[in-house]
Amino acid sequence: MIELITQNPILSALIALGGLALIFGGILGYAAVQFKIEGDPIVEALDALLPQTQCGQCGHPGCKPYAEGIANGEAINKCPPGGQGTIDNIAALLGVEAPSLDEEHGEEAEVKTVAYIREDECIGCTKCIQACPVDAILGAAKLMHTVIVDECTGCDLCVEPCPVDCIDMLPVGQTLQDWKWTPPSNMNNLIATDRQTPPEGNDLDNDSNQENAA
Amino acid sequence: MMIEMATILVSTILVNNFVLVQFLGLCPFMGVSSKLETAIGMACATTFVLTLASICSYLVHEYILLPLSLTYLKTISFILVIAVVVQFAKMFIEKTSPLLYRVLGVFLPLITTNCAVLGVALLNTTKAHNFFQSATYGFGAALGFSLVLILFSAMRERLAVADVPTPFKGAAIAMITAGLMSLAFMGFAGLIQL
Repeated sequence: MIELITQNPILSALIALGGLALIFGGILGYAAVQFKIEGDPIVEALDALLPQTQCGQCGHPGCKPYAEGIANGEAINKCPPGGQGTIDNIAALLGVEAPSLDEEHGEEAEVKTVAYIREDECIGCTKCIQACPVDAILGAAKLMHTVIVDECTGCDLCVEPCPVDCIDMLPVGQTLQDWKWTPPSNMNNLIATDRQTPPEGNDLDNDSNQENAA
Repeated sequence: MMIEMATILVSTILVNNFVLVQFLGLCPFMGVSSKLETAIGMACATTFVLTLASICSYLVHEYILLPLSLTYLKTISFILVIAVVVQFAKMFIEKTSPLLYRVLGVFLPLITTNCAVLGVALLNTTKAHNFFQSATYGFGAALGFSLVLILFSAMRERLAVADVPTPFKGAAIAMITAGLMSLAFMGFAGLIQL
Protein backbone atom coordinates (compact mmCIF):
# COMPACT_ATOMS: atom_id res chain seq x y z
CA MET A 1 0.00 0.00 0.00
CA ILE A 2 2.72 2.46 0.97
CA GLU A 3 4.81 1.30 -2.01
CA LEU A 4 1.82 1.88 -4.25
CA ILE A 5 1.61 5.44 -3.05
CA THR A 6 5.31 6.29 -3.02
CA GLN A 7 6.09 4.79 -6.44
CA ASN A 8 3.04 6.15 -8.13
CA PRO A 9 3.01 9.93 -7.66
CA ILE A 10 -0.04 10.53 -9.82
CA LEU A 11 -2.03 8.00 -7.84
CA SER A 12 -0.90 9.48 -4.55
CA ALA A 13 -1.86 12.97 -5.72
CA LEU A 14 -5.30 11.76 -6.77
CA ILE A 15 -5.83 9.92 -3.51
CA ALA A 16 -4.66 12.90 -1.45
CA LEU A 17 -6.85 15.44 -3.21
CA GLY A 18 -9.80 13.07 -3.47
CA GLY A 19 -9.52 12.20 0.21
CA LEU A 20 -9.33 15.86 1.19
CA ALA A 21 -12.37 16.66 -0.94
CA LEU A 22 -14.33 13.81 0.64
CA ILE A 23 -13.43 14.84 4.17
CA PHE A 24 -14.28 18.48 3.58
CA GLY A 25 -17.47 17.52 1.78
CA GLY A 26 -18.47 15.48 4.80
CA ILE A 27 -17.75 18.39 7.15
CA LEU A 28 -19.81 20.76 4.99
CA GLY A 29 -22.67 18.30 4.74
CA TYR A 30 -22.77 17.95 8.49
CA ALA A 31 -22.65 21.73 8.87
CA ALA A 32 -25.48 22.16 6.35
CA VAL A 33 -27.71 19.97 8.48
CA GLN A 34 -26.56 21.54 11.73
CA PHE A 35 -27.05 25.13 10.61
CA LYS A 36 -30.30 24.63 8.77
CA ILE A 37 -32.71 27.54 9.17
CA GLU A 38 -36.45 27.24 8.82
CA GLY A 39 -38.19 29.99 6.92
CA ASP A 40 -36.59 33.33 6.34
CA PRO A 41 -35.87 35.27 9.53
CA ILE A 42 -35.75 38.54 7.62
CA VAL A 43 -39.28 37.98 6.38
CA GLU A 44 -40.43 37.17 9.91
CA ALA A 45 -38.83 40.33 11.27
CA LEU A 46 -40.39 42.46 8.54
CA ASP A 47 -43.78 40.86 9.02
CA ALA A 48 -43.60 41.70 12.72
CA LEU A 49 -43.26 45.39 11.83
CA LEU A 50 -46.20 45.51 9.40
CA PRO A 51 -49.62 46.45 10.82
CA GLN A 52 -51.33 43.13 9.96
CA THR A 53 -54.42 44.80 8.49
CA GLN A 54 -54.21 42.39 5.51
CA CYS A 55 -55.92 45.14 3.50
CA GLY A 56 -54.12 44.65 0.18
CA GLN A 57 -53.43 48.35 -0.41
CA CYS A 58 -49.75 47.56 -1.05
CA GLY A 59 -50.74 45.32 -3.96
CA HIS A 60 -50.07 42.07 -2.13
CA PRO A 61 -52.83 39.84 -0.73
CA GLY A 62 -51.64 40.31 2.85
CA CYS A 63 -48.85 41.58 5.08
CA LYS A 64 -46.70 38.41 4.95
CA PRO A 65 -46.54 38.42 1.09
CA TYR A 66 -45.53 42.09 1.22
CA ALA A 67 -42.82 41.22 3.78
CA GLU A 68 -41.53 38.57 1.35
CA GLY A 69 -41.68 41.17 -1.42
CA ILE A 70 -39.61 43.61 0.63
CA ALA A 71 -37.08 40.83 1.32
CA ASN A 72 -36.83 40.45 -2.46
CA GLY A 73 -36.13 44.13 -2.95
CA GLU A 74 -39.47 45.86 -3.29
CA ALA A 75 -40.08 49.44 -2.18
CA ILE A 76 -40.80 49.78 1.51
CA ASN A 77 -43.17 52.73 1.25
CA LYS A 78 -46.34 50.99 0.12
CA CYS A 79 -48.23 50.49 3.38
CA PRO A 80 -50.75 53.28 4.19
CA PRO A 81 -52.19 51.73 7.37
CA GLY A 82 -48.68 51.40 8.75
CA GLY A 83 -47.88 54.94 7.76
CA GLN A 84 -44.57 56.74 8.07
CA GLY A 85 -43.85 55.05 11.40
CA THR A 86 -43.80 51.61 9.82
CA ILE A 87 -41.69 52.88 6.91
CA ASP A 88 -39.15 54.30 9.39
CA ASN A 89 -39.06 51.01 11.34
CA ILE A 90 -38.50 48.93 8.20
CA ALA A 91 -35.80 51.35 7.03
CA ALA A 92 -34.06 51.08 10.40
CA LEU A 93 -34.19 47.27 10.25
CA LEU A 94 -32.77 47.07 6.74
CA GLY A 95 -30.32 49.92 7.22
CA VAL A 96 -31.59 52.04 4.32
CA GLU A 97 -33.00 55.53 3.89
CA ALA A 98 -36.66 55.98 4.89
CA PRO A 99 -38.69 57.29 1.94
CA SER A 100 -42.04 59.01 2.33
CA LEU A 101 -45.26 57.09 1.83
CA ASP A 102 -46.09 56.31 -1.78
CA GLU A 103 -49.44 58.07 -2.21
CA GLU A 104 -50.30 55.84 -5.15
CA HIS A 105 -51.25 53.14 -2.65
CA GLY A 106 -53.45 55.30 -0.48
CA GLU A 107 -53.11 57.96 2.14
CA GLU A 108 -52.34 57.49 5.79
CA ALA A 109 -55.55 57.77 7.77
CA GLU A 110 -55.56 60.47 10.42
CA VAL A 111 -57.87 58.58 12.77
CA LYS A 112 -58.14 54.86 13.28
CA THR A 113 -61.52 53.57 12.12
CA VAL A 114 -63.47 50.33 12.38
CA ALA A 115 -66.42 49.11 10.36
CA TYR A 116 -69.97 49.24 11.65
CA ILE A 117 -72.92 47.49 10.00
CA ARG A 118 -76.27 49.22 10.29
CA GLU A 119 -78.27 46.16 11.16
CA ASP A 120 -81.66 47.61 10.09
CA GLU A 121 -80.50 47.64 6.48
CA CYS A 122 -78.47 44.43 6.38
CA ILE A 123 -79.93 41.83 4.04
CA GLY A 124 -77.67 38.94 5.04
CA CYS A 125 -75.91 38.45 1.68
CA THR A 126 -72.50 37.41 3.17
CA LYS A 127 -70.59 39.50 0.60
CA CYS A 128 -68.83 41.49 3.31
CA ILE A 129 -67.91 38.30 5.19
CA GLN A 130 -66.17 36.98 2.09
CA ALA A 131 -64.32 40.28 1.66
CA CYS A 132 -62.98 40.55 5.22
CA PRO A 133 -59.35 39.38 5.34
CA VAL A 134 -59.21 38.96 9.14
CA ASP A 135 -62.62 37.29 9.54
CA ALA A 136 -64.01 40.08 11.76
CA ILE A 137 -67.62 39.86 10.57
CA LEU A 138 -69.97 37.48 12.32
CA GLY A 139 -72.89 36.15 10.36
CA ALA A 140 -74.32 33.63 7.91
CA ALA A 141 -76.52 33.63 4.82
CA LYS A 142 -79.85 35.36 5.41
CA LEU A 143 -78.90 35.92 9.04
CA MET A 144 -77.77 39.16 10.67
CA HIS A 145 -74.18 40.27 10.07
CA THR A 146 -72.21 42.25 12.61
CA VAL A 147 -68.63 43.44 12.97
CA ILE A 148 -66.47 42.22 15.87
CA VAL A 149 -64.77 45.47 16.82
CA ASP A 150 -61.71 43.87 18.45
CA GLU A 151 -60.85 41.96 15.26
CA CYS A 152 -61.53 44.73 12.74
CA THR A 153 -58.37 46.40 11.40
CA GLY A 154 -60.16 49.17 9.54
CA CYS A 155 -59.00 48.07 6.09
CA ASP A 156 -62.20 49.19 4.26
CA LEU A 157 -62.42 46.05 2.14
CA CYS A 158 -65.98 45.27 3.30
CA VAL A 159 -67.48 48.66 2.37
CA GLU A 160 -67.56 48.18 -1.40
CA PRO A 161 -69.07 44.69 -1.72
CA CYS A 162 -72.12 45.59 0.38
CA PRO A 163 -75.09 45.85 -2.04
CA VAL A 164 -77.22 47.99 0.29
CA ASP A 165 -74.30 50.18 1.39
CA CYS A 166 -74.98 49.69 5.07
CA ILE A 167 -71.39 49.67 6.36
CA ASP A 168 -69.91 52.79 7.92
CA MET A 169 -66.33 53.38 8.99
CA LEU A 170 -66.52 54.90 12.44
CA PRO A 171 -63.56 56.37 14.35
CA VAL A 172 -62.34 54.40 17.33
CA GLY A 173 -62.39 56.28 20.58
CA GLN A 174 -59.05 56.86 22.25
CA THR A 175 -58.33 54.71 25.26
CA LEU A 176 -55.74 55.24 27.94
CA GLN A 177 -53.49 52.79 26.10
CA ASP A 178 -53.23 54.68 22.83
CA TRP A 179 -53.51 58.35 23.89
CA LYS A 180 -50.40 60.35 22.95
CA TRP A 181 -49.25 63.88 23.68
CA THR A 182 -49.78 66.05 20.63
CA PRO A 183 -46.50 67.60 19.50
CA PRO A 184 -46.26 71.39 19.92
CA SER A 185 -47.63 73.29 16.96
CA ASN A 186 -44.84 75.85 16.70
CA MET A 187 -41.69 73.71 16.51
CA ASN A 188 -39.49 76.56 15.29
CA ASN A 189 -39.98 78.93 18.17
CA LEU A 190 -39.90 76.77 21.27
CA ILE A 191 -36.79 77.81 23.13
CA ALA A 192 -34.98 81.10 23.59
CA THR A 193 -32.21 80.37 21.07
CA ASP A 194 -34.80 79.72 18.34
CA ARG A 195 -35.84 83.34 18.34
CA GLN A 196 -33.96 85.55 15.89
CA THR A 197 -33.63 88.66 18.06
CA PRO A 198 -33.31 88.30 21.82
CA PRO A 199 -35.74 90.35 23.84
CA GLU A 200 -34.47 93.63 25.29
CA GLY A 201 -32.45 93.45 28.48
CA ASN A 202 -31.31 89.87 27.94
CA ASP A 203 -27.64 90.70 27.42
CA LEU A 204 -26.10 88.05 29.68
CA ASP A 205 -22.82 87.92 27.69
CA ASN A 206 -22.33 91.65 27.42
CA ASP A 207 -22.24 91.34 23.62
CA SER A 208 -23.85 94.69 22.95
CA ASN A 209 -20.87 96.44 24.58
CA GLN A 210 -18.61 95.07 21.83
CA GLU A 211 -20.98 96.30 19.14
CA ASN A 212 -21.01 99.76 20.63
CA ALA A 213 -17.22 99.84 20.90
CA ALA A 214 -16.77 98.65 17.26
CA MET B 1 7.52 32.65 22.62
CA MET B 2 5.52 35.69 23.62
CA ILE B 3 8.10 37.98 22.06
CA GLU B 4 7.96 35.96 18.87
CA MET B 5 4.17 36.21 18.84
CA ALA B 6 4.34 39.97 19.47
CA THR B 7 6.88 40.36 16.70
CA ILE B 8 4.73 38.48 14.22
CA LEU B 9 1.64 40.44 15.24
CA VAL B 10 3.30 43.85 14.93
CA SER B 11 4.78 42.82 11.63
CA THR B 12 1.53 41.64 10.08
CA ILE B 13 -0.69 44.36 11.52
CA LEU B 14 1.48 47.43 10.99
CA VAL B 15 4.81 46.96 9.26
CA ASN B 16 3.79 44.56 6.50
CA ASN B 17 0.08 45.31 6.55
CA PHE B 18 -1.54 43.04 4.00
CA VAL B 19 -3.78 45.66 2.44
CA LEU B 20 -1.79 48.87 2.48
CA VAL B 21 1.78 47.59 2.19
CA GLN B 22 1.52 44.25 0.43
CA PHE B 23 -1.57 45.28 -1.61
CA LEU B 24 -3.49 42.06 -1.12
CA GLY B 25 -7.22 41.88 -0.43
CA LEU B 26 -8.06 45.15 -2.13
CA CYS B 27 -11.40 44.01 -3.51
CA PRO B 28 -13.30 43.75 -0.22
CA PHE B 29 -11.29 46.71 1.04
CA MET B 30 -12.85 48.96 -1.62
CA GLY B 31 -16.12 47.11 -2.00
CA VAL B 32 -17.38 46.75 1.56
CA SER B 33 -16.06 49.94 3.09
CA SER B 34 -18.90 52.33 2.28
CA LYS B 35 -20.65 51.80 5.62
CA LEU B 36 -19.12 51.22 9.03
CA GLU B 37 -21.47 48.46 10.21
CA THR B 38 -20.94 46.48 7.00
CA ALA B 39 -17.19 46.90 7.35
CA ILE B 40 -17.20 45.66 10.93
CA GLY B 41 -19.23 42.62 9.92
CA MET B 42 -16.91 41.92 7.00
CA ALA B 43 -13.87 42.32 9.26
CA CYS B 44 -15.24 39.73 11.68
CA ALA B 45 -16.06 37.29 8.87
CA THR B 46 -12.63 37.70 7.27
CA THR B 47 -10.88 37.27 10.62
CA PHE B 48 -12.74 34.03 11.21
CA VAL B 49 -11.97 32.76 7.70
CA LEU B 50 -8.31 33.88 7.64
CA THR B 51 -7.37 32.36 10.99
CA LEU B 52 -9.14 29.09 10.36
CA ALA B 53 -7.88 28.82 6.77
CA SER B 54 -4.34 29.60 7.85
CA ILE B 55 -4.42 26.82 10.45
CA CYS B 56 -6.08 24.27 8.15
CA SER B 57 -3.71 25.06 5.27
CA TYR B 58 -0.74 24.55 7.55
CA LEU B 59 -2.12 21.19 8.70
CA VAL B 60 -2.83 20.04 5.15
CA HIS B 61 0.61 21.14 3.96
CA GLU B 62 2.45 19.64 6.91
CA TYR B 63 0.69 16.30 7.26
CA ILE B 64 -0.55 15.47 3.76
CA LEU B 65 1.44 17.34 1.13
CA LEU B 66 4.93 17.19 2.62
CA PRO B 67 4.97 13.48 3.59
CA LEU B 68 3.70 12.45 0.17
CA SER B 69 5.99 15.03 -1.54
CA LEU B 70 3.03 16.66 -3.24
CA THR B 71 4.00 20.26 -2.55
CA TYR B 72 3.24 21.21 -6.16
CA LEU B 73 -0.42 20.71 -5.23
CA LYS B 74 -0.37 23.34 -2.52
CA THR B 75 -2.18 26.04 -4.49
CA ILE B 76 -5.14 23.88 -5.37
CA SER B 77 -5.40 22.25 -1.97
CA PHE B 78 -5.19 25.63 -0.21
CA ILE B 79 -7.98 26.94 -2.45
CA LEU B 80 -10.00 23.85 -1.53
CA VAL B 81 -9.43 24.51 2.16
CA ILE B 82 -10.32 28.21 1.82
CA ALA B 83 -13.49 27.49 -0.14
CA VAL B 84 -14.65 25.02 2.50
CA VAL B 85 -13.91 27.42 5.35
CA VAL B 86 -15.76 30.26 3.59
CA GLN B 87 -18.77 28.04 2.97
CA PHE B 88 -18.75 27.03 6.61
CA ALA B 89 -18.50 30.69 7.67
CA LYS B 90 -21.38 31.58 5.33
CA MET B 91 -23.64 28.95 6.90
CA PHE B 92 -22.64 30.04 10.37
CA ILE B 93 -23.35 33.72 9.66
CA GLU B 94 -26.63 32.91 7.91
CA LYS B 95 -27.77 31.12 11.04
CA THR B 96 -26.54 33.51 13.69
CA SER B 97 -27.11 36.89 12.03
CA PRO B 98 -29.38 36.86 8.96
CA LEU B 99 -29.24 40.66 8.82
CA LEU B 100 -25.44 40.66 8.53
CA TYR B 101 -25.70 37.90 5.94
CA ARG B 102 -28.11 39.99 3.91
CA VAL B 103 -26.05 43.16 4.25
CA LEU B 104 -22.79 41.49 3.19
CA GLY B 105 -24.56 39.95 0.22
CA VAL B 106 -22.18 38.58 -2.40
CA PHE B 107 -19.02 39.77 -0.63
CA LEU B 108 -19.22 36.90 1.86
CA PRO B 109 -18.58 34.12 -0.68
CA LEU B 110 -16.12 36.47 -2.36
CA ILE B 111 -13.81 36.09 0.65
CA THR B 112 -12.77 32.92 -1.17
CA THR B 113 -11.17 35.06 -3.85
CA ASN B 114 -9.59 37.43 -1.36
CA CYS B 115 -5.93 37.10 -2.29
CA ALA B 116 -4.91 37.94 1.27
CA VAL B 117 -6.33 34.61 2.44
CA LEU B 118 -4.47 32.56 -0.17
CA GLY B 119 -1.45 34.82 0.29
CA VAL B 120 -1.27 34.09 4.00
CA ALA B 121 -1.54 30.36 3.38
CA LEU B 122 1.23 30.41 0.76
CA LEU B 123 3.49 32.76 2.73
CA ASN B 124 3.27 30.41 5.69
CA THR B 125 4.83 27.70 3.54
CA THR B 126 7.53 29.86 2.00
CA LYS B 127 8.54 31.20 5.41
CA ALA B 128 8.42 27.65 6.86
CA HIS B 129 6.39 28.64 9.90
CA ASN B 130 5.50 26.08 12.52
CA PHE B 131 1.91 25.62 13.70
CA PHE B 132 1.94 28.38 16.29
CA GLN B 133 3.63 30.83 13.94
CA SER B 134 1.17 30.04 11.16
CA ALA B 135 -1.80 30.60 13.43
CA THR B 136 -0.38 33.88 14.74
CA TYR B 137 0.52 35.02 11.23
CA GLY B 138 -3.00 34.35 9.99
CA PHE B 139 -4.59 36.03 12.99
CA GLY B 140 -2.27 39.04 12.71
CA ALA B 141 -2.99 39.39 9.00
CA ALA B 142 -6.71 39.32 9.80
CA LEU B 143 -6.30 41.96 12.49
CA GLY B 144 -4.34 44.18 10.12
CA PHE B 145 -6.99 43.78 7.44
CA SER B 146 -9.76 44.54 9.92
CA LEU B 147 -7.97 47.58 11.29
CA VAL B 148 -7.46 49.10 7.88
CA LEU B 149 -10.95 48.19 6.67
CA ILE B 150 -12.63 49.82 9.66
CA LEU B 151 -10.45 52.94 9.49
CA PHE B 152 -11.10 53.29 5.78
CA SER B 153 -14.85 52.80 6.06
CA ALA B 154 -15.05 55.43 8.82
CA MET B 155 -13.23 57.83 6.53
CA ARG B 156 -15.43 56.98 3.58
CA GLU B 157 -18.54 57.69 5.61
CA ARG B 158 -17.19 61.17 6.24
CA LEU B 159 -16.13 61.61 2.64
CA ALA B 160 -19.67 60.80 1.55
CA VAL B 161 -20.94 63.98 3.21
CA ALA B 162 -17.84 66.13 2.63
CA ASP B 163 -17.53 68.84 0.01
CA VAL B 164 -15.68 66.82 -2.63
CA PRO B 165 -15.23 68.36 -6.13
CA THR B 166 -17.45 66.66 -8.69
CA PRO B 167 -14.73 64.91 -10.74
CA PHE B 168 -13.42 63.28 -7.57
CA LYS B 169 -16.70 62.08 -6.07
CA GLY B 170 -17.20 58.41 -5.30
CA ALA B 171 -14.51 55.89 -6.19
CA ALA B 172 -11.89 58.48 -7.17
CA ILE B 173 -11.60 60.16 -3.79
CA ALA B 174 -11.73 56.73 -2.13
CA MET B 175 -8.74 55.54 -4.16
CA ILE B 176 -6.82 58.71 -3.39
CA THR B 177 -7.57 58.27 0.30
CA ALA B 178 -6.41 54.65 0.18
CA GLY B 179 -3.18 55.77 -1.47
CA LEU B 180 -2.59 58.37 1.22
CA MET B 181 -3.25 55.80 3.95
CA SER B 182 -0.76 53.50 2.29
CA LEU B 183 1.80 56.32 2.32
CA ALA B 184 1.12 56.80 6.01
CA PHE B 185 1.69 53.12 6.75
CA MET B 186 5.09 53.37 5.06
CA GLY B 187 6.10 55.15 8.23
CA PHE B 188 6.21 51.79 9.99
CA ALA B 189 8.86 50.42 7.64
CA GLY B 190 11.94 49.15 9.37
CA LEU B 191 10.18 48.92 12.73
CA ILE B 192 10.64 45.17 12.72
CA GLN B 193 13.01 43.19 10.55
CA LEU B 194 11.07 40.13 9.56
